Amino acid sequence: MGRAAVKDIRVEASKTSVRERTVYRLTMMSVLAGLCIASLVLSVSFGALHIPAGEVVKALLSDGDGVNRQVIWNIRLPRTLVAGLVGICLSLSGVILQGIMRNPLASPGIIGVSSGSGLAAVIILIVLPNYYYLVTPFAFLGAFAATILIYLLAWKNGINPMRLILSGVAVSAFLGAGINALMILFPDRVHGVMSFMVGGLAARTWKHFYILWPYTLIGTAAAMVISPKLNVLMLGDEIAISLGVKVERTRMAFIALASLLAASAVSIVGILGFVGLIVPHITRLIIGSDHRYLIPASALSGASLLMACDTVARVIMDPVEIPVGIIMAALGAPFFLYLLRGGIKSDA
Amino acid sequence: MLKADNLTLGYGDNFILRDLELTVERGDLVAIIGVNGSGKSTLLKALSRSMRPCRGVVYLDGRSIFRQDTRSVARKLAILPQAPKVPEDFTVRDLVSYGRQPHLAWNSRMKPKDFEMVDWAMAATRIDYLQHRLVSTLSGGERQKAWLALALAQQPQILLLDEPTTFLDIGCQFEVLELVKNLNRELGITVVMVLHDINQAARYSKTMVVLKDGSVYKSGTPREVITEEVIAEVFHVRVKVLEDPDNHCPYFIPLSGSVNCPLEVGSYGKDNFLDRRSG
Repeated sequence: MGRAAVKDIRVEASKTSVRERTVYRLTMMSVLAGLCIASLVLSVSFGALHIPAGEVVKALLSDGDGVNRQVIWNIRLPRTLVAGLVGICLSLSGVILQGIMRNPLASPGIIGVSSGSGLAAVIILIVLPNYYYLVTPFAFLGAFAATILIYLLAWKNGINPMRLILSGVAVSAFLGAGINALMILFPDRVHGVMSFMVGGLAARTWKHFYILWPYTLIGTAAAMVISPKLNVLMLGDEIAISLGVKVERTRMAFIALASLLAASAVSIVGILGFVGLIVPHITRLIIGSDHRYLIPASALSGASLLMACDTVARVIMDPVEIPVGIIMAALGAPFFLYLLRGGIKSDA
Repeated sequence: MLKADNLTLGYGDNFILRDLELTVERGDLVAIIGVNGSGKSTLLKALSRSMRPCRGVVYLDGRSIFRQDTRSVARKLAILPQAPKVPEDFTVRDLVSYGRQPHLAWNSRMKPKDFEMVDWAMAATRIDYLQHRLVSTLSGGERQKAWLALALAQQPQILLLDEPTTFLDIGCQFEVLELVKNLNRELGITVVMVLHDINQAARYSKTMVVLKDGSVYKSGTPREVITEEVIAEVFHVRVKVLEDPDNHCPYFIPLSGSVNCPLEVGSYGKDNFLDRRSG
């Protein structure tokens, strides 16, 4: 057989493989979308009062009256939707940061979102407890301010991802010291702070949903639009510059977007650190590192994971509710390790 | 078409290149040589706008490269850095497609013309049969050709290559160099490359530039540059320069005892090191 013929066969074979890869990605995407809907229905269905899934769907899709409908529309649905939005925001923030820093340990915490919002919230809750309603805007501003501070401190003829990460660690430690100091100095007021520090969804309602959805929508849309640029940045700064990407400006825009997404989520539900680190990894193992697929897939898996974990958090020790952050870590970490050790073949 | 004027480069107060002058003519094939740390890669970074000079200007077609829109520069000038990284699950086609980035509209949507150019770039470098393979599974030579195809998909007039043959076996080295030579000859792409192997540089370049002590020590045709004096002065190696009758270019062989032997065993080594072995 001639060399050309062999080549033809290989081209044919690899064409099949690319078709399979696309089919695989789209299948996985539909699976994730299905998972997302399933999590939503389950999350609304389970609770102190169990409502069968059929009734949930009926109540969601049609008018009517009754206790079930009241419970669903007034209590469970808003909370579940907030969980979904938070999952989307934190996951996207993590994907973006891991991408631009080309570092698997990057997460919203690394750009100061956790420590910045934490300190702001602690200051309000401990020092000025009468102004508790300011926690959300202050946590948001604190997170954003910490990001700006870290970015400025890391700037030296441009931003080097490693320097950004190290300056993030240092600033977070510094702000963390402030948080701890306040908690030690006011031990009697610590209880109110704890739920913010571990992140929880208790009593989240339409009000929170209305604050959160514009950020989620804008952030997700922006992330989808710039996802090809994120792929280019993955090739390294020099190649990206060669391809005409304004690397510094693009990176700054990405960091601002990541901070905005994470800050809006954290200011509503408190510090849920784990989601932004682990959901991107889980999704990458499933769908690959092409951000055009990774970004929508992460949004879907982040939303499903958080809604599912929140359901567990409400049900597992009923009537006591466990903060969702604890469930996330307890279930997410082993699942992640399982994937990491080859539970899913990632040759696609 | 590419000109470095009074260029001073460095990190902080530590200048690597000082007041360097260099002009690259259209259609030239330039090899930059010099000892380790002489600033070859740094110069290439400045020429490719990856690094801002401390003083001086790099001109592309008569205008400062930093004053021009970076996307329009990207349509003229492509860079292939040393050992670039690629995500594990990118296919060759994915990678080469990114070469179209500077030609795409804001939404990064590929048009038929872009797909054609990607196909052509892979065919021209003869890697089309690898197009659906993952880049991470390619051999060193195949990978380097994939990167060249990426640069080619950019449709550049100038191509800057930083040690394109490092880490390749000898067959792949010549394959890459032949490819570069043909890009220059057939497509008229101006090439500036940093090479470690001086004999390869002499054989494949039209102009050689020797860097020493932060500036251009000598530049000219390989015949002008490859002399026993220059090699002795710059690389501290005594050589014999010969003429390659096949390729019509100069080459050299190091003479015996051409450098001082760096090993000094001394009496302690003789007594103790050798002693330990026998006993």
